[in-house]
Amino acid sequence: MRYSLGSLLANAVTGNRHWRPVWREPEPKAQYDVVIVGGGGHGLATAHYLAKQHGITNVAVVEKSYLGSGNIGRNTTIVRSNYMLPGNEPFYEWSMKLWEGLEQDLNYNAMVSQRGVLNVFHSDPQRDAYARRGNAMLLHGADAELLDREGVRKLVPFVDFDNARFPVRGGLFQPRGGTVRHDAVAWGYARAADSRGVDIIQNCAATGFRVENGRIVGVETEKGFIGAKKVALSVAGNSTRVADMAGIRLPIESHAVQAFVTEGIKPLINIVMTFGAGHFYVSQSDKGGLVFGGDIEGYNSYAQRGNMPVVEDVAEGGMALMPVIGRLRILRSWGGLLDMTMDGSPIIDTTHIEGLYLNAGWCYGGFKATPAAGWCFAHLIATGQPHPYAAAYRLDRFAEGRVIDEKGMGAQPNLH
Amino acid sequence: MRIKCPYCGERALEEFTYRGDATVKRPESLEPSATDAWVDYVYLRDNPAGLHKEHWHHSAGCHSWLVVTRDTVNHEIVAVEFAREGS
Repeated sequence: MRYSLGSLLANAVTGNRHWRPVWREPEPKAQYDVVIVGGGGHGLATAHYLAKQHGITNVAVVEKSYLGSGNIGRNTTIVRSNYMLPGNEPFYEWSMKLWEGLEQDLNYNAMVSQRGVLNVFHSDPQRDAYARRGNAMLLHGADAELLDREGVRKLVPFVDFDNARFPVRGGLFQPRGGTVRHDAVAWGYARAADSRGVDIIQNCAATGFRVENGRIVGVETEKGFIGAKKVALSVAGNSTRVADMAGIRLPIESHAVQAFVTEGIKPLINIVMTFGAGHFYVSQSDKGGLVFGGDIEGYNSYAQRGNMPVVEDVAEGGMALMPVIGRLRILRSWGGLLDMTMDGSPIIDTTHIEGLYLNAGWCYGGFKATPAAGWCFAHLIATGQPHPYAAAYRLDRFAEGRVIDEKGMGAQPNLH
Repeated sequence: MRIKCPYCGERALEEFTYRGDATVKRPESLEPSATDAWVDYVYLRDNPAGLHKEHWHHSAGCHSWLVVTRDTVNHEIVAVEFAREGS
């Protein structure tokens, strides 16, 4: 069913009794052209673009839990393309462009809100660094504005401009950045892929891979063996666990990162803002809660939860930037698992097993990359060639010395 | 998460600094033939879901380097010993 004003009105006057489930719940077939392991945002986007851009519709997505249960529903919903390095910025800008057309492409309301992303800076050297980043963004066709204090004051009058330790000197603003309702992204991609014939199989964990003569022939799952000409791994957070089944050792550590939401308040902040002197980023949800997050926990974890030191660190960062939140109560906090690669950049590549493809290592940045990661991964699976925008995301770049060190932040700063 | 330092006793996580996997070994050789071993050492990790031996520095305490055996799935700490004794 195509959603439109007409379908909305027709269903409203008939008591909303005729809405259909958004996707089917099929049992797996014996054989597919492509099986995608992982029904998160990236896996579902890959299925959608395989079907739509490459006409490959004999595809299954196997997901160990339910759609939206993993990182696609755990992030802080921010989308932006304020990267700097040549291997990164064209990719993330393409992702931004796909976000801009996403709802029309999927015929689904993902609440794409280009409210703007502001990175506040607090010193002259940091202004220089952000000016350089902004110029790199402009050179790659993205948008960026360097704001002075008064420019920042117009956007966020409540921040602590004269903080003794971290005075606000200005900010780098990307007006096209913003937020997207994250679980609607999963649902929208799932519906669009399903409508083209992709089978989405939930509660069906992959338990192994079948390889014959160096070539993948299928996936062992909780619902039995599923044959496949090609298998695509898209399980960031658990990439090591799944790659282990195929005998692939990755330059990845799993770390947890926490996010928080406060009680709902009246409209306070209508953009996304990041603190420049600590790790704190904040936006306001449509229900009124402030959604914010911070740094990774900093030690290997598969626990999907964090510990108190980071809670304190995030709260301190928030108070240094915007003391106005001091009496707000935090309603919930939760954790998600990150594939932290050793250079802080992702991997979209083939593997030593023919027909087995890898999309992993998204560190903090997987959500904003969802459309472009799906687009480029689908291109790699369909054509066997890396997409030009993702050509730098090679697995062998660590051995080759071509690491993409965007922010000096992999699993640990001393590793690159 | 609290870590029981063999010298100082049980202390809060804030006192410790994480270094990472304690099982990787720095290659002896600097010859080009050892490149693969260096790539392994610098970049590749077992990253287990389960027991993980890892280096922690008691940086806001006695400055001991520790080998902590911890379950990465539930953060339970099974053993803590001085790094100099363990390896």
